[in-house]
Amino acid sequence: MSHALRTASGGRINRSRTVRFTFDGRELSGFEGDTLASALLANGVHLVGRSFKYHRPRGVLSAGPEEPNALVQIRRDAARVTPNLRATEVELYEGLAAQSQNRWPSLQLDVGAVNSLLSPFIPAGFYYKTFMWPRRAWQWLYEPRIRAAAGLGRAPAQPDPDSYCNRFAHCDVLVVGAGPAGLAAAHAAAESGARVILCEEQPQLGGSLLSEQEPGEALGEGEWLARTIQGLMTHPRVTVLTRTTAFGYFPHNLLGLEQRLTEHLAQPDPRQPRERQWQVRARQVVLATGAIERPLVFPGNDRPGIMLAGAARSYLNRYGVLAGRRAVLVTASDEAYRSALDLHRAGATVAAIIDVRPQASGELAEAARRAGLPVHTATTVIGTSGRLRVKSIRIQKLDAQGRPEAAAERIVCDLVLMSGGHTPSVHLFSQSRGTLHWNEALQAFLPGQSPEKARCAGACRGIFSADAARRDGQSAGALAARDAGLAVGTVISAPRLLETDGAAAPGQLPQPAGRPAAKAFVDWQNDVTSRDLSLAAREGFRSIEHVKRYTTTGMATDQGKTSNLNALGIVARQMGKAIPEVGLTTFRMPYTPVTFGSFAGYSRGELFDPVRTTPIHDWAVRKAAVFEDVGLWKRARYFPRNGESMHAAVTRECRAVRSGCGLFDASTLGKIEVVGKDAVTFMNRLYTNGWTSLAVGRCRYGILLRDDGFIYDDGIVARIAEDRFHVTTTTGGAARVLAMMEDYLQTEWRDLGVWLTSTTEQWAVIAVQGPSARHVLEGLVQDADLSAAALPHMSVAPGRICGVPMRLFRVSFTGELGFEINVPADFGSAVWEAVYEAGQPHGIAPYGTEAMHVLRAEKGYIIVGQDTDGTVTPDDAGLAWAIGTRKPDFLGKRALERPAMRSPDRKQLVGLLSAEPHVVLEEGAQILPDARATPPTRPIGHVTSSYYSATLGRSIALALVRAGRKRMGQTLYVPAANGNLPVQVVSPVFYDPKGSRQNA
Amino acid sequence: MLLINCPYCGERPELEFVHGGQAHIARPGNPAECSDQQWAEYLYRRDNIKGVHAERWRHVHGCGRFFNALRDTTSDQFLATYKVGEQPPAQPRKATA
Repeated sequence: MSHALRTASGGRINRSRTVRFTFDGRELSGFEGDTLASALLANGVHLVGRSFKYHRPRGVLSAGPEEPNALVQIRRDAARVTPNLRATEVELYEGLAAQSQNRWPSLQLDVGAVNSLLSPFIPAGFYYKTFMWPRRAWQWLYEPRIRAAAGLGRAPAQPDPDSYCNRFAHCDVLVVGAGPAGLAAAHAAAESGARVILCEEQPQLGGSLLSEQEPGEALGEGEWLARTIQGLMTHPRVTVLTRTTAFGYFPHNLLGLEQRLTEHLAQPDPRQPRERQWQVRARQVVLATGAIERPLVFPGNDRPGIMLAGAARSYLNRYGVLAGRRAVLVTASDEAYRSALDLHRAGATVAAIIDVRPQASGELAEAARRAGLPVHTATTVIGTSGRLRVKSIRIQKLDAQGRPEAAAERIVCDLVLMSGGHTPSVHLFSQSRGTLHWNEALQAFLPGQSPEKARCAGACRGIFSADAARRDGQSAGALAARDAGLAVGTVISAPRLLETDGAAAPGQLPQPAGRPAAKAFVDWQNDVTSRDLSLAAREGFRSIEHVKRYTTTGMATDQGKTSNLNALGIVARQMGKAIPEVGLTTFRMPYTPVTFGSFAGYSRGELFDPVRTTPIHDWAVRKAAVFEDVGLWKRARYFPRNGESMHAAVTRECRAVRSGCGLFDASTLGKIEVVGKDAVTFMNRLYTNGWTSLAVGRCRYGILLRDDGFIYDDGIVARIAEDRFHVTTTTGGAARVLAMMEDYLQTEWRDLGVWLTSTTEQWAVIAVQGPSARHVLEGLVQDADLSAAALPHMSVAPGRICGVPMRLFRVSFTGELGFEINVPADFGSAVWEAVYEAGQPHGIAPYGTEAMHVLRAEKGYIIVGQDTDGTVTPDDAGLAWAIGTRKPDFLGKRALERPAMRSPDRKQLVGLLSAEPHVVLEEGAQILPDARATPPTRPIGHVTSSYYSATLGRSIALALVRAGRKRMGQTLYVPAANGNLPVQVVSPVFYDPKGSRQNA
Repeated sequence: MLLINCPYCGERPELEFVHGGQAHIARPGNPAECSDQQWAEYLYRRDNIKGVHAERWRHVHGCGRFFNALRDTTSDQFLATYKVGEQPPAQPRKATA
């Protein structure tokens, strides 16, 4: 049956290049230039899929992106499987393997088709009505079954091996669509000096002209198409993007374009990106997006072999394929007569032309009569027959009131063409929030004024004839260039709308009284019938948006491109309203489905998120550190030796710090240099502490509140000079603290002379902590006195280490004698290694964030964001001592005086010791006052930090507990899997409460 | 993606900016004199305007400066941007792209 329906000549296919492909495993062939749909039709294959809900046999309906039926799955290999592709847009390549969807075991014999027999029981909204009891069954029975039975293609199970890229571009004029209007617009704009991007979803330029046997005839000018395409392709100011869909219109003339780079290739280079997503910011936009033919709604209108009239014409003129040998045309407009005439000329029998309008007196109708084609006006279709392919159609005359009269007549056929006129493609225009107006003569919504710098041209604004569309585009292109600021000469005037381009009203064709025997489909892809829509209206749905959601009309992957207007017509009629009174549903991006890969673009794998590493990172990698993510930072969590567990490594690292010396990379700490004559005033207003009395060379633990009184950040602040502070922040808080400082400086205290500089990445910070820390550093440090007298706890000194300038902090986040060496980041790695070498005789051990957490918890030092949650005041955290009470104001001061902030019943930071020393409480666990409490009960607090302390030989925890400081010594309870664990409330400082070790 | 006109740098894509809440809310000069009610209103009460709203923005991935903007919350269009300390333009033009 190969190519049985291919015409002897004609079309834009390359008949010298045969292309082999498979459909459901069956080997077939087509020609270069075919789509999968045209090649299937050439082989006489109309049955290409099963419908979504009723599993009805379905054929190719259209020849473009609006296709609702012919969805296929294309498989290149196990990972490259793409479901739900429209066969009408899939370009044929050698070896293409396509499969039909939603059928089992085969397309011809599909078990799911039993749904069709059950259809009286599955009307609109049946999910909501049927599967209500028992309620729990929804989860384990109904939903999984419905999901298994419904659905279209299957997503691939493996990661996508292809790459995708993205690109930003600017232009003077972006033209969407390369039909006669778009080509003319791009040409006129470019000739006016504009930089133009022309984007077209098809592989070739020409749009509707590609479906003309003689494009020159349609335009009245023979060489225009070829000449214009040639001119655009070679124009230095024009970028032509084919196979590129403009899928979204975003504010301020930003359009998203998806360019398919390898989909049409038999053997794509695996290094080549599969798609490129463009974000184009255009000074002016010309939308020349064309129009989509409207199907007709009549019983049995979904059988394979029933297609849009224009589609059959495309298959004939563009692909050289006769979609059938004996055709019936059903139409509500003049334009569709062209399809009957072309099929007739190509040798097919046109058994009848059924025109639902009372008269057909246009030029084309007359031409059809002259050609001897039987034209039946004032006639409707009341049914069709044929299981896997249409076999006949039943028609009935209409009386003067448009009601069916007289006996039905049956016409045998193998192809039914239908046309309800054309619906302008206003998707992008509407996405840009442009308003639409109903045009009664054309029975169509047309674009009104655009809120963007954009205009529509050609069929998408109701200028349907090719020649008028071309003139419209020429005018629009020149005007766009002018509005983009280019000098433009005389602009030809745009053509007028022609009433003769109109069609009958959308909706269902008149039917005899009583219940029709067969379903009349409105939305092919979601199996929504005219009866479903009428039912929704009868059940009281008034908003078209609600009707859409209830019936699911227009909600499939085609987004109702062929169905929306007919659905609207049916609902309006049922409600007794005019179409514009009912209104349209909202158009949203994307115009056609866009792959996730193209949105992800380069942002995959290592490029998904930036990674921040410290100067000591590579050393830690060499030492086989285990890392954790802290924001974007990679931080060494622990350094396992000889296959140690985390517990063993952390225990060893903690012991090293407590008994000898530990080495810690604190480079991720946020660092801000606050400089200026008003630096101290600024710090006084910002932080809770008093800074005036802080001497140069000394450090202080600072707390930053929000103005609502809650802890925002904390850190050590050093006074480097009278007018200079070295402020440290938490690792995660660095950016937001700087932003907050900038905010107050720029907007509230604009009179202050203060400059802020982020120095987080300029300093490498090496913490040397433990009783031997001073001995380790003694041999390395120059120009600084390390003695306790010269450099006491909480002080800072300039100096050099290994010849490198440094700021040496005597600070401790471990409770031991400690130093934090700040050196320029480029020297960080070298200094770190020198300290590590010098520490060997003292048993120095690098430790990670996990040991750091344990060590600080033993000392009761909080971590902002772990032990605080945005509702904790300094007093709650036991830090009231850090508040400069004599200061007139600081951020949060006034809020701390509100009654709720002073309540004795607030949650306060305490320590917890579980009754069983080896049990480490769950962080986040709730705390109950009563051993017998069972849910539901109100907890009085929660565990914020919890570790096993090797130093203390038992577990410890920090917690926020209501009125916690009054509960010292009390026993509380922490619910766990095996009952409520008793815990004792203790001071949050577990180790060296007097601080003698850090002052050593 | 919107274009936002930074008063210091000119038009830049939305991605370079962060929103900073309602504009023209000055921190009371002497907080100690505020009643609890007044302070709570300063902290928490914000307008929720349908229409033209004055708000703070920061060109965080550009010059880093804070500025104010009039934005129509119904159309998401910026009507005007102006520097900190300046009064909002009295008659914002109609919302157009």
